[in-house]
Amino acid sequence: MKILLLLKTVADSEASIRPTSDGKAVALSDINLILNPYDEYAAEEALQIREKTGDAEITALCYGDETAIKTLRTALALGVEKGVHIKGQPGFDSLTTAKIIAAVIKDMDYDLILCGKQAIDDDSSSVGVMVAELLDIPSVSVVVKLEITDGNVRATREIEGGHEMVETKMPCLVSAQKGLNEPRYPSLKGIMAAKKKPIEEKDALAAETQIEVLRVEAPATRSAGKIVGEGEEAVPELVRLLKEEAKVL
Amino acid sequence: MLNIIVFCETKQGKIRPVAKEALSAARGIAEGLGAKVLGVLIGPSIANAAEELAPFGPDRLMAVTHPALEKYSTEGYTQALAEIINSESPAAVIFSATAMGKDLAPRVAAKMDKPLLADCTELTVEDGRIHIVRPIYAGKVLLRAAVQSEWAVLSLRPKIFQPKPVNGVAVSVETREVALDESKIRAKVVEVKQESSATVDLTEADFIVSGGRGMKAAENFTLIEELAKTIGATVGASRAVIDADWRPHSDQVGQTGKTVSPTLYIACGISGAVQHLAGMSSSKVIVAINKDADAPIFKIATYGIVGDALKIVPVLTEAIKQAKTE
Repeated sequence: MKILLLLKTVADSEASIRPTSDGKAVALSDINLILNPYDEYAAEEALQIREKTGDAEITALCYGDETAIKTLRTALALGVEKGVHIKGQPGFDSLTTAKIIAAVIKDMDYDLILCGKQAIDDDSSSVGVMVAELLDIPSVSVVVKLEITDGNVRATREIEGGHEMVETKMPCLVSAQKGLNEPRYPSLKGIMAAKKKPIEEKDALAAETQIEVLRVEAPATRSAGKIVGEGEEAVPELVRLLKEEAKVL
Repeated sequence: MLNIIVFCETKQGKIRPVAKEALSAARGIAEGLGAKVLGVLIGPSIANAAEELAPFGPDRLMAVTHPALEKYSTEGYTQALAEIINSESPAAVIFSATAMGKDLAPRVAAKMDKPLLADCTELTVEDGRIHIVRPIYAGKVLLRAAVQSEWAVLSLRPKIFQPKPVNGVAVSVETREVALDESKIRAKVVEVKQESSATVDLTEADFIVSGGRGMKAAENFTLIEELAKTIGATVGASRAVIDADWRPHSDQVGQTGKTVSPTLYIACGISGAVQHLAGMSSSKVIVAINKDADAPIFKIATYGIVGDALKIVPVLTEAIKQAKTE
């Protein structure tokens, strides 16, 4: 089985994020960059499938600037065989990104594409499903359980207040949600081995964006309210405020 | 005539509240775009669709039918919508950013080769162009963008656009049969499990009671559940709680969980890490109960009580019960 893994480099979720001074982008120069957390579940699932079937080959793809190399090395350290670096700068138009990734995948052999359900930077939750449409393969998004037998795929996807069981066949794309598995950490041996694994470089397809970024701005700040008091004694006053001032009870 | 095509989401034979929000949002930009609002329903027929949706101002309502559309499938619904889009001159296509909308909108956008602006919280029209605001980085910053293509696919964050009844004319539901290539409906929903039908999902809840590490143990969440039950709230949790396996993943509020905008958010024993605040700071009223007076949660809370959540939460539950009987 050939598995493709779609990865993205993102700002650490603990980081405070500010717009650049010209207000046209996000200031990322001093921010710790990590592998998108949802992509970790996708990577772990790929590794578990390989461990179960014994014959899977995993290739990780990452579209981005030179920071993509570190992200790919992280995946290689986990046990992924090879990396593909699609050189460029992802913008806010998810369809453009999807076209660039799909153009590279079109020339590759694959049975299963795994990705995170969402990148925690632009929060668009759309590139994976778009890639599937562009490649004309089925997709199942926000998956918390995945079973594959003889090319048949049974995936459980999260919906509001419940789950949907979806059946399809490979080739297909599955996007991972938290809960799918417990991602492993890379071993020291893995980190050493990753340095010798191949990363192929690809140029991004020239695709024009169809959205214009007007401004990236900080949200209106919430001002701190009042400390009603300390301990249980403050409860009656809180209830009064919720009822009479905020009028929410 | 241009149409703003609004996908009116239904679930288990009922129109979902987000459909009304989406119609109202479409109504808000219809004049600026010189377009009519066309509400589209897919799937099993809904008995009172016209009566329920007409107050929110659609110019037309359409029920799209085909035997293969009785159950949701990404590809079946995408094909059906593509057929409607191709015959109805879109000015925009609008979804709700729900589990279904987030699955469907990207597929439709890619099929039609039009951009998707997902999870929008503001829609306006300037000089005939759609302008949007969408929170990125879980709301740590906002993106203002304009559509450059002829039209675009938009999805709207639930609970942000108010459903506004307007004085409109009565509309009836036209039925449209579509032709689908069933060989291209390859991923099929075979079973739906509704686990918490009694409570509303976090993303659509008016009231949320969330617990954090300060709740000390999984069993103490009965205190959170009691308070939630008393005010009709949905239970949420911080990432620390999920990582400790005290609550299921679907309860997580924050950057790697759900982004919520309830009327009232009660944070119990949650200190307020950046990634948690990002997911809930658009709540209208925030109550924080935390031992540490310097906890970041108090910087955004409307009302705060400094103290042990384990002691305060049950007292609050009783006090609210009392207040309700008065």
